[in-house]
Amino acid sequence: MRVFIILLFVISSNIISSQNCNNIINGTVLDLHDNTILVDAKVLVVENNQEVLTNSLGEFTIVDLCNQTYTIKISHAFCIAQTYKIEITNNTKKVFRLEHHLEELNEIILEGKLSDITSETSLENKISKEELEKNSGKTLGDVLNNISGVSSLNTGNTIVKPIINGLHSSRVVVMNDGVRMEDQDWGAEHAPNIDINAIDNITVIKGASALKYSGNAIGGIIITETSKTPVKDSLYGKTITTVASNGRGGTATSQLTKTFKSGWYGNVQGTIKRFGDFNAPDYNLSNTGAFERSFSVRGGLNRFTSGIEASYSLYKVETGILRASHLGGAQDQIRAINNLEPLFIDDFTYNINSPKQDVAHHLFKIKGFKKFENLGRLDFQYSFQQNNRLEFDVRRGDDRDTPSLDLKLNTHTLLLDLDSKISETATIKLGLTGQYQTNFADPSTGIRRLIPDYSEYNLGAYAVLEKQINNKLLFELGARFDYTFLDALKFYRTSFWEDRAYDTIFQDIVVGEFGNQILVNPKLNFYNPSATIGLSYKIKENYKLLFNYSLASRAPNPSELFSEGLHHSASRIELGDLQFNSETAHKFSVTLQKSNANYSFTINPYINMITDFIVIEPIEVQQTIRGNFQVWEYRQTNARLIGVDIDGSLKLNDHFQYNHQFSIVKGKDVSRNDALINMPAASTRNSITYNNKKLNNLNLKLQSEYVFRQNEFPDNNFEVFVPETETLEIVDVSTPPDAYHLLSFNSSMDFKLNEKSSLTIGFNVSNALNTSYRNYLNRLRYYADDLGRDYSINLKINY
Amino acid sequence: MKNFKIITLALLVFISFTGCSDDDDVIPTPVNQEEVITTLTVTLTPLGGGTAVTLQTQDLDGDGPDAPEVTVSGNLTAGTTYNGVIVLLNETESPAENITEEVEEEADEHQFFYTIGSALDATTTYTSFDGNGNPLGIEFSLDTGVTSSGLLTFTLRHLPAKPNTGLANAGGETDIEATFNLVIQ
Repeated sequence: MRVFIILLFVISSNIISSQNCNNIINGTVLDLHDNTILVDAKVLVVENNQEVLTNSLGEFTIVDLCNQTYTIKISHAFCIAQTYKIEITNNTKKVFRLEHHLEELNEIILEGKLSDITSETSLENKISKEELEKNSGKTLGDVLNNISGVSSLNTGNTIVKPIINGLHSSRVVVMNDGVRMEDQDWGAEHAPNIDINAIDNITVIKGASALKYSGNAIGGIIITETSKTPVKDSLYGKTITTVASNGRGGTATSQLTKTFKSGWYGNVQGTIKRFGDFNAPDYNLSNTGAFERSFSVRGGLNRFTSGIEASYSLYKVETGILRASHLGGAQDQIRAINNLEPLFIDDFTYNINSPKQDVAHHLFKIKGFKKFENLGRLDFQYSFQQNNRLEFDVRRGDDRDTPSLDLKLNTHTLLLDLDSKISETATIKLGLTGQYQTNFADPSTGIRRLIPDYSEYNLGAYAVLEKQINNKLLFELGARFDYTFLDALKFYRTSFWEDRAYDTIFQDIVVGEFGNQILVNPKLNFYNPSATIGLSYKIKENYKLLFNYSLASRAPNPSELFSEGLHHSASRIELGDLQFNSETAHKFSVTLQKSNANYSFTINPYINMITDFIVIEPIEVQQTIRGNFQVWEYRQTNARLIGVDIDGSLKLNDHFQYNHQFSIVKGKDVSRNDALINMPAASTRNSITYNNKKLNNLNLKLQSEYVFRQNEFPDNNFEVFVPETETLEIVDVSTPPDAYHLLSFNSSMDFKLNEKSSLTIGFNVSNALNTSYRNYLNRLRYYADDLGRDYSINLKINY
Repeated sequence: MKNFKIITLALLVFISFTGCSDDDDVIPTPVNQEEVITTLTVTLTPLGGGTAVTLQTQDLDGDGPDAPEVTVSGNLTAGTTYNGVIVLLNETESPAENITEEVEEEADEHQFFYTIGSALDATTTYTSFDGNGNPLGIEFSLDTGVTSSGLLTFTLRHLPAKPNTGLANAGGETDIEATFNLVIQ
């Protein structure tokens, strides 16, 4: 059955004819670690090519052996093959033990799964399990921040949204273990609903080249995965606890996996994370606590030629939003921006009050695969997701505990993928996706719906061809087509409806009038083609050159289409446009990679040209009874992003290693010849790591991070009249904060507790110099400094 | 053959699934914005009797594109004391909801501020207070000086620091900011 075939170097045999060739050897093959019986291990006598398999008791018998020394090679699917020299003089009994390695096991079983999912011709960056474990208390966005070219759009420090090469939100697709996350990702202050403790590795592809997953990832794709389980009888798990000084909280996460040699397996995992108010170097950041709980369970059957898995996960997070960021109109904004400290500072508390977010994400999935001899591998997956997002504002009276926003997004997705080898050097991947999504905005909030009720249907089909031209050159070609139908029921303010002249353009979609509101039923169709073409060329030993062009196209999201009203957390009025069409991006990227044991680097320049790029920017100041508000309107323009990401590492000696990262991106609105808003500033990261395997794998790392000031930004400042001073004052919402430098220190040591369990202790300091700084891409930068120094201790037990 | 059966079956499931008819033809209920303040009316009644002056700002579409409609019923008389009363309404509901009551109920979390432009010769005094004796300002008195004209701004702050010495250190967030152009003659 699951016999792992190993190629053998044939050793010239010198069979000596002998008088006695009737010896028998009786052997048993066991796992070196836990003495479990290894069934179906392959036993090969090199000298005479005799081959047997172990039986259900792990035993084998070889007959007709002469009096001589034999080379016996034993191999098993989940062990390292081993060779034994045995001198046979008469009948022999012997126990053979094979070493069992989980990591290697996964490599074998995964069959290069990681490279399988992604594109061979565009650069992919990975985050390992160890890296995730070290950052157990952090968010997905924080961890991704460690990759060059990936930054984040933050709302405070707990809502962290990844930005890839300058793009974010609907332009970045998050694949959570095979399921595309549908968690209201259009919102700049909506972080991905993923617990990093529930996943085992992350791959980031900067661009839309992984067409298998989506054709609209204009920014890039984040792929999280869980490891496959070994096919043997085993029970293992791990527990990680992290305690941190800033926020006076911590995280505890635990998981347990039971596997059977029949291929059945089950896994449960849970995380609890609790933090109170975080603090900046000089003050408490009131109402910034977070309470996160997540739970997942999965089980299935894993065989070589087929497999099935069902899983369910729940992620629930309650996040406080800096109290000082909740504002009325422009006059409040002036006060907040001009004040050096937040306008509201209270004592430390674990309580989370309004404004806050309370989000629950349920994900149920069932998937299976089967390998067919002539066809290839066929994968099937059905998933259901429910995202329930509650946002609470500071409100009056009976509404105090009523959310201002209550959205329920249900998504059903079906995937069908075929991975086929059409010749020795070519593979083709084909697939179909279908998705049905409904959004329900609960009217009992007493606040007009930010996003209307809608149903959305998606159908997609893709094909990707990969061809190895020669041993140096690989060629990739892919195409995908997506169709989206959006059926919404939206209440517009009559004044807005008429102001936009929608009453003449869209008069046939009006359903009815309700007071000063008008109900309409837009039915929108979007057709989105996407494609990729790429080359991978091995220049010489250790040098590789990748070239990739991708065409991506994205339908406008509900926020871009339907927004019309005050966005409280941004203190601005946001207006969408029903007439938007899809935006289209052409991205060219080149990667030069060099890797050897002592010295490696990656240089990845790119250019992304986007037509009909949807951008939101201020157009005017609007008077309301609450004062003046800046009006931000979505519009379509042509944009160009040019950048480069550089990674390098240098091994100084056996213990010391130096790492370097540099990223820069320049975003330009080509139509208006102006800079694009919210582009990440250039940044560089440099670290020195000391590692000593002999000293309990002692690891010490000192890292410096320097973020330059963003000097290219559009001027969106505006003037308002302040009655108290009887002057016109400028509201400076544009000027980016100064450059900053942060130092951090990480350390860890491993200890073996017993045969099966080990302990890793880590001690970390971030912002070691307690530097006061503000980040251009933190939406709360107007109101408060970023985080101060943080000490944390990390304990991990594997068992 | 078997493979094709499986593929066909999967496709059928796929199509039947995505072909579901939508059942969202149920008309959603409109949301009438709660706790929104559309109208602020200040009635200034002269102490010794006479015609009251009404200042009103009305913004029926809230944060919609229409600007508030500001009206002043007449001019103030020089050297007169007026009793001022502020009424807040949510006129998106029918009948209109009186928000002043909500503000009064949560008096310790609210405060009105009166900002008089330097050109206008007038002074104001709080006459209504919260349970802790700090100003609330739903009622006030206005003393006019000599003939002049200028701006009078009413600001309602939610969750201000109390007590305070004025808008500058009150904090909180602005629920209303309404400016009127007044003439004293």
